[in-house]
Amino acid sequence: MNETIGAGLIVIGLAFDFFGCLGLIRFPDVYNRLQAAAKCITLGTSGILLGLFCYKGFTATGIKALLCMAFILLTAPVSAHALARAAYRSGVKPWEGTVIDQYGEDIEKRK
Amino acid sequence: MDKRMRWSIGFIVIAAAAAVVIFCPLPSMIRWQSPFLARTFLWLLLSAIMCLYRVLRGPTAPDRAVAIDMLGILIVGFCAVLCLPTGRDWYIDIGIAWALQSFIGIMALAKFLEGKEFDE
Repeated sequence: MNETIGAGLIVIGLAFDFFGCLGLIRFPDVYNRLQAAAKCITLGTSGILLGLFCYKGFTATGIKALLCMAFILLTAPVSAHALARAAYRSGVKPWEGTVIDQYGEDIEKRK
Repeated sequence: MDKRMRWSIGFIVIAAAAAVVIFCPLPSMIRWQSPFLARTFLWLLLSAIMCLYRVLRGPTAPDRAVAIDMLGILIVGFCAVLCLPTGRDWYIDIGIAWALQSFIGIMALAKFLEGKEFDE
């Protein structure tokens, strides 16, 4: 029973990983790629680690998997925000079909 | 080569790779406990190759940085999957260390792309 739930969680995580990488290839812009890939791959890897926890139960490996999952859920959004800010500050223009750019307006207003 | 042509070529390549991973008879070098876990590993490998395509062909430097970040998170998934069929539990330790190292490296890279000094 535990192994069935773990295998299901691992399959869901693999699907999220695959579609995140597809977004990384397919989207036209740094910011679009970042928002497609960061969320999908964070959730997918968390699913894989949760599946490993379901396989192993409350052993040392299972608790380490939970710890690793918590760490990834905390750090991946931080690094994604830092990369988006760095990309904007280093002068990468948004895609020409972009509707609104509030960060640029905010920088203009602060000058 | 126009846009539709490139789109169809990419779709055919990715669909063929996914079909190979799902349906092919497993090569004899992967003798793991169950074929499900071996296919899991191959599927993650396909995702990592798609990340590496973006690293090779990113037009700007932040593209490559984003792809490297995502590859670092994928490798943690690799380590978690490798725990199960091999029976070696220390792979998840490598995963934790890799997550820490990747986070610190990406923060330093973001500071560098932003054009600041490292101690600001």
